[in-house]
Amino acid sequence: MKLKVKGKITEVKGTVVKASNVSGIQMNEMVRVGELGLVGEVVRVEGDNAYVQVYEFTTGLRPGEPVEGLGSPLSVTLAPGIVGNIYDGLQRPLSNIEGYSISRGYTAEAVDVNKSWHFVPVIKPGTKVEGGEKIGYVEETELIRHFIMIPPNVKGNLTYVAPEGEYKVSDSIAEVQNGEKVSISMIQKWPVRVPRPIKRRLVATEPLITGQRIIDAFFPLAKGGSAAVPGGFGTGKTVLLHQMASWANSRVVVYVGCGERGNEMVELLKTFPKLNDPISGKPIMQKSIMIANTSNMPVAAREASIYVGITLAEYYRDMGYDSLMLADSTSRWAEALREISGRLEEIPAEEGYPSYLASRIASFYERAGYVETLSGDFGSVSIIGAVSPPGGDFTEPVTTHTLRYVKAFWLLDPNLAYSRHYPAVNWISSYSSYVEPLSDWWSLNVSTEFETLRRQALDILFKEESLRNIVRLLGPEVLPEDEKLLLEAANMLREGFLKQSAYHEVDRYTPPAVQYYLLKLILTFYERAKEKLKGGTTVEEIRSSPLYLEVIRARFNVKGKEEFDALMKKVMEF
Amino acid sequence: MSGSITFSSVQSIKGSLMVIRTNGKLGYEELVEIELENGEKRLGRSLQVSEDIAVVEVFEGTQGLSPRGVKVRFLGRPLELSVSNELLGRIFDGLGRPIDGMPEPVGVEELDINGKILNPYKREYPDEFIQTGVSVIDGMLSMVRGQKLPIFSGSGLPHDMLAAQIARQATIAKGEEFAVVFAAIGVPADTAMFFRKELEESGALKRSVLFLNLAEDPAVERIVTPRVALTAAEYLAFEEGFHVLAILTDMTNYGEALREISMMREEVPSRRGYPGYLYTDLATIFERSGRITGRKGSLTQLPILSMPADDITHPIPDLTAYITEGQIVLSKDLYHKGIYPPVNVLMSLSRLMKDGVGEGKTRADHKELSDQLYNSYSKAMDVRSLAEIVGEEGIPESSKKYLQFADAFESKFMKQDPYENRDIDTTLNLAWDVLSILPESEWTNISEKSKKVYLSVVQKRNI
Ligand SMILES: Nc1ncnc2c1ncn2[C@@H]1O[C@H](COP(=O)(O)OP(=O)(O)OP(=O)(O)O)[C@@H](O)[C@H]1O
Ligand SMILES: Nc1ncnc2c1ncn2[C@@H]1O[C@H](COP(=O)(O)OP(=O)(O)OP(=O)(O)O)[C@@H](O)[C@H]1O
Ligand SMILES: [Mg+2]
Ligand SMILES: [Mg+2]
Repeated sequence: MKLKVKGKITEVKGTVVKASNVSGIQMNEMVRVGELGLVGEVVRVEGDNAYVQVYEFTTGLRPGEPVEGLGSPLSVTLAPGIVGNIYDGLQRPLSNIEGYSISRGYTAEAVDVNKSWHFVPVIKPGTKVEGGEKIGYVEETELIRHFIMIPPNVKGNLTYVAPEGEYKVSDSIAEVQNGEKVSISMIQKWPVRVPRPIKRRLVATEPLITGQRIIDAFFPLAKGGSAAVPGGFGTGKTVLLHQMASWANSRVVVYVGCGERGNEMVELLKTFPKLNDPISGKPIMQKSIMIANTSNMPVAAREASIYVGITLAEYYRDMGYDSLMLADSTSRWAEALREISGRLEEIPAEEGYPSYLASRIASFYERAGYVETLSGDFGSVSIIGAVSPPGGDFTEPVTTHTLRYVKAFWLLDPNLAYSRHYPAVNWISSYSSYVEPLSDWWSLNVSTEFETLRRQALDILFKEESLRNIVRLLGPEVLPEDEKLLLEAANMLREGFLKQSAYHEVDRYTPPAVQYYLLKLILTFYERAKEKLKGGTTVEEIRSSPLYLEVIRARFNVKGKEEFDALMKKVMEF
Repeated sequence: MSGSITFSSVQSIKGSLMVIRTNGKLGYEELVEIELENGEKRLGRSLQVSEDIAVVEVFEGTQGLSPRGVKVRFLGRPLELSVSNELLGRIFDGLGRPIDGMPEPVGVEELDINGKILNPYKREYPDEFIQTGVSVIDGMLSMVRGQKLPIFSGSGLPHDMLAAQIARQATIAKGEEFAVVFAAIGVPADTAMFFRKELEESGALKRSVLFLNLAEDPAVERIVTPRVALTAAEYLAFEEGFHVLAILTDMTNYGEALREISMMREEVPSRRGYPGYLYTDLATIFERSGRITGRKGSLTQLPILSMPADDITHPIPDLTAYITEGQIVLSKDLYHKGIYPPVNVLMSLSRLMKDGVGEGKTRADHKELSDQLYNSYSKAMDVRSLAEIVGEEGIPESSKKYLQFADAFESKFMKQDPYENRDIDTTLNLAWDVLSILPESEWTNISEKSKKVYLSVVQKRNI
């Protein structure tokens, strides 16, 4: 065991503290600062001195107060009992704090150490084991069978496995012999800034179904993919992320509220127990982990919260699950980097951000992936990060660097948001590199016709875009009837497909089959209308027919094949 | 006072900052009292401390200070406000010292003006509708108790009038304890007088606390004023059970004071000279609102800020809107057309509206109506700008209805007298009236059910 380094404070500047007499302290080591024992992390070492970023407010801290190294880097506790919890940015549970405020120097175990879990072994002693291998499981929630794995850095002969029964997380449930005896409990610790190891990366071919039409149908994300949602204030980033957390077909969801509003976390806490997972029908609370570093909490912990979140997501991936990590907002994380960098008086690059901003963003999104785990299972971590560009300017550093590293992005458009077109995803400038790899899935699982409909729909929307420039200058009256009809088709796609209310019971989640139905209805209506146009009906007449409104409103009413067939019949007879 | 010592060595003075020798005896963000030769006392707070020196910001400014001849005393504590419900009915300066000629109120507690970090887990989701009596707000930008909803304005616009109308009309629910906390941040004296008079005339002054940092007062003090005010507001809301409405005006002056100090400290600026921590700093103010599980009161914030050069992308309005739960944006164009309150509804938003309205709260048709008004008004704006280019002849017959709709929306639904208090039924019925200008085939957001239940009632009433 490394000896604990003890020194003292010589300077306090915001949340950055300089300590002297700390020779032997390591970069990124956790420390306790001051009489209150505030938590911090070493961010620079210079001779016998070190700079510590403190994760809590430093008011009242004085030169001369003690600084103590804890001997290990910032790590998370990985054990049954994580799911369903809400943590702060350092994995301290927020639910068992007395009173309504968080006091400084607060310490608490990440999981309930007194709870007994029913452990079932899946392996017998006498075998050789390696890191990542499953030795047994407990039922963490109705949705999560939590596998207990050999820690990644351990291997050898398994000499003991506990028999099925009730155990606490810190009880020894296995022993591995490899020169020395290693006792294994249900708890693992893992340093958050180090990605957990895997066997190999694979190409993602399955979509992460989110039930959000513009995403699944037009700009999809694969399981194990990475995506960003840049958008100015109020354009709908948080609502979209909440929708993903609620409906995505991932097995585990890690939601990181990074420097955003406290009430948004409360909203999750309020709705998650009541919403049911579309696959299992169980409350999604049973698959969710929440991390809250709200904007009034200290900035440095904001930087850590992202890493805590991704490490938890990786841990469940290692069990063979599909994890989804949502981060709202990565811009606040980048700003935390900037603030700490500023206090360390590093030379700034663009807009005050440190020069390592781009590489930090890159290595964060690199932690997404569809992989073969150490135990030979298949699992994934998908990452979706919100980006909040100042002034809604997509050319600022955090947005531009992020767009370089993610493989899909949904750009939120303030003009769509102002006109209450939600989700305000711009269909001209958004992008996904997963369209091609996922198209087989749609044709096998939904309809062979899907890809054609998708192209037709996008084609109408692109044509509309160029016609709108003419209309803006000359008015729609100058257009020939067939082009006027195309504008109506585009309007139907916007109103009846692209718009999706997060608050309407039916509209908020559309399964893939229904996404296909809605496209089919609108595009068939358009085909029928084109024929009627040839027969002398005017666009004005088509537009004011009740069926036009009914097809647009289908997103509120069509839940399955039955409603689709009934409406399709009317459209065919139109 | 514990740990207080007198020391007199000032090293240098720059702007409102002072570097003093401390021998390590001063803690971060602790107070110092500076005594001038003539006996005048000023307050300062440390921004950076080390073993021998500290950088201190002087709230009342450094005019007339010289390194020689001042005594610096360490108070051994951060800036605090002494709270109790004796604060009600009183007027204080921007640092929380009485300026109404009456003695210091007796406090029950001394609270750090930075407040406590509210545990998000202990927050109660705000979902109780506040009827302000202003149609465009109640109908389309509904406020709930515990929300933070700023007014974005410009010079010459009636933001004070609107805030005062909300303060007057939102506080008349019977049987409930309400209070108003008003913080003037670098505004002219007549603005402060206006609010005082409005509160007095509505009988609310005895339930109000005023903190005044006026335009002529020191800029550095502005960093403190909103925090002092919110400390009082939090105490009244969460300890005394009041439903508190906090009006903070003008937050742009606050942001500028923050920039001034940052520049003096030679920090690396981010955008337009504002410090990189502007977002975080504003958040520590605006997040101090809400409701708490198990506590009776609530703290609703109505900050006012003027958008420099009417630019909503300016860092102060921009970052504010990234923190608050929506924004009410005022429009010069509408005001010049004679419309009060001149709200640019498309740029405005109330994020907490969805859970505060509907059946059992306001009316079952509220959400659909509001969605439809947004949808139709936005289409109408497109038609209006097209009509300006191509003339009314160039637009299809069916679109002309939209022009009529937009006019009626602005002059009938939005426009009202500053002293007119409309209940929510009146507001929603008015919404049906203006919507009825458009043919039903345009009502993409309205369900058959709402039509049946509400439209017929409105139509009957109109006959
Ligand atoms: N899909 C949707 N359905 C209905 N309303 C929506 C939808 N998306 C967004 N909204 C509306 O837009 C508002 C703002 O959305 P949201 O809070 O997600 O914005 P944001 O981009 O996260 O903003 P900020 O960066 O300030 O946090 C919501 O409160 C809601 O009223
Ligand atoms: N969110 C969910 N809720 C409930 N059951 C789910 C959920 N997601 C997947 N399942 C089901 O649980 C089972 C196992 O899930 P798992 O994620 O291990 O499947 P998989 O990833 O397809 O398998 P493999 O790891 O072999 O690739 C599957 O039958 C799957 O349909
Ligand atoms: Mg948001
Ligand atoms: Mg799997």
